[in-house]
Amino acid sequence: MNDAIRKLTAVIVDDEELARAVIREMLRAHPEIEVLGECANGFEAVKMVSERKPDLLFLDIQMPKLDGFEVLELVGSNIAVIFATAYDQHALRAFEVHAVDYLLKPVSADRFEAALERARQRLGAPLAAPIAELAAAAREPGHYAERIVVKNGTRVHIIPVAKLDYVEAQDDYVALASQGKKHLKQQTISSLEALLDPKDFLRIHRSCIVNLDRVSKVEPYGKDSHVAILSDGSRLPVSRAGYARLRAVLDSQTS
Amino acid sequence: MHPILGHLRQLSLYLLAWSPLSAILFYILKSVGGLSWLQAFAMVPLLCLVYAFMCLSAWYTCRGTPLEKSGFYRLALTHLVGAVVISGMWVAVAKGWAGALSSVDAFRGLDQRFGLDYPLLFASGVLIYLLAVALHYVLLSVEFSREMEKREIQARVLARDSELKALKAQVNPHFLFNSLNSISALTSIDAGRAREMCILLADFLRKTLGLGEKIVIPLREELELVRSFLSVEKVRFGARLTVEESVAPGALDCAVPPLLLQPLVENAVAHGISNLTEGGWIRVGVSCDGNKSDAHGVDLPDDLRIEVENNFDPEMPRRRGHGVGLANVRQRLATRYGDRARFEVRAQGDRFQVSIVLPAEKAEAVV
Repeated sequence: MNDAIRKLTAVIVDDEELARAVIREMLRAHPEIEVLGECANGFEAVKMVSERKPDLLFLDIQMPKLDGFEVLELVGSNIAVIFATAYDQHALRAFEVHAVDYLLKPVSADRFEAALERARQRLGAPLAAPIAELAAAAREPGHYAERIVVKNGTRVHIIPVAKLDYVEAQDDYVALASQGKKHLKQQTISSLEALLDPKDFLRIHRSCIVNLDRVSKVEPYGKDSHVAILSDGSRLPVSRAGYARLRAVLDSQTS
Repeated sequence: MHPILGHLRQLSLYLLAWSPLSAILFYILKSVGGLSWLQAFAMVPLLCLVYAFMCLSAWYTCRGTPLEKSGFYRLALTHLVGAVVISGMWVAVAKGWAGALSSVDAFRGLDQRFGLDYPLLFASGVLIYLLAVALHYVLLSVEFSREMEKREIQARVLARDSELKALKAQVNPHFLFNSLNSISALTSIDAGRAREMCILLADFLRKTLGLGEKIVIPLREELELVRSFLSVEKVRFGARLTVEESVAPGALDCAVPPLLLQPLVENAVAHGISNLTEGGWIRVGVSCDGNKSDAHGVDLPDDLRIEVENNFDPEMPRRRGHGVGLANVRQRLATRYGDRARFEVRAQGDRFQVSIVLPAEKAEAVV
């Protein structure tokens, strides 16, 4: 009996048929790894990973619909991800989101074996922080998100930041309000705040970030606090510190 | 900047050249004008010094009426008027100076004596001014040719530079690595196709070699390069890549800068096709516009209109690096054609279009 080698499941994600074929072929030497399926784009990948819950994910970075980093952000942290790409400029970011390994195409057999070995070790010790936090931390300074990806069951929503009205913290989640709908995502409000361009978004409360474009007026509310009223009628709490920040921004815009 | 007034060395040479003039004037005023030695000494050197500077003003009128662009009458009129005005002013200065000197005992009566010499002084002034005009035209042409030389060198450096950049961008490492990965996959799936892909890739690389040394190539060659590139990418993307090509037969022999179309097509693959799940299309269109003839009835080359269009996913965020290839093509067109070429980029809905209009030159005619 071979108890030392655990049976593993894997999914291969790449938009190029031939690139998937290379990995499939290399995995053929490993009967202990079962390939559950292959995906040609980010949407399919998120769906398949959510449904089949593989141990191992071979992930291309540049793909239609969602890129590899966005897929990783959505599928969570208890999966070992091996990036495979022709683009080495992503390597640093890949390790910051705790990818198991980063393979450069074309991939040699030795390098592939080493990656599998690392994956086996990683699967014994899952990550503590949610990937979304890591992805936020891995962003280069000065570069802000252009869109936010959210998963609801197996469905993926893409919210362009321009269409994001406000964000509210709810326990371990953030609720992203966009076009009258709210989307829940497992992420802290602070890490999300770091992703948003401070020119457009402002933290007005411990639990609230607002798109400055949407604020129509600010009214006093109670003794120390204020309330922001958005163009769609939503009312958001504004803390004292938040009010000071808001005033500063609005004043600089009008003057 | 004034070529004489601006440089001390030139100015001293110029003033030195005035000393024989001043000697001649001295002689004329003394023997013909009837001034005494003392009077001539008091008048001539100072007048010459003043006039030397007044004549420098010819620079501005010369620059305003370029020799090669102005008609004979305009040239003659401008400079004769200039000569009369400047010389007139000089005579007025001379008169003032003579008047001032007359108040001193030694020069009593100089103003009346000198008054008879004004026509003589005026005539010499006109002649000297015209001499100065000739000198300034010489200086202008020297400066012009120096400027041209400098500009030509600059243009050549720029062209070389952008060719190098284009070549570097050309053998795009991503393209190469992805192609090698496809080959690596094919070796076990279909060895025949792997070999075919190697040949396609080699074909493409060979075609790009030596392109940097050429200023222009026939459009026919550029299109072959594009086809070669796309046939490699077709192996990678399979049915996801559709290419349409419509080229006016008359355009094939026209000269274009090398690597004009290929970066545009590569851009279309990287930012269009590769982001589309269901695949996408690239359309390359070349046509000739207009039909001009020159004064001798010889057909002048028409405008060449090149369009590269593709569809893309407008919801994908723009990746960095987008636009580097486009900027390079735009810059090279500007270096070579200046205002005569147009380069436009349009993104509308899910369509991305680059259109270029450049003057069509026959490939043989260009060396």
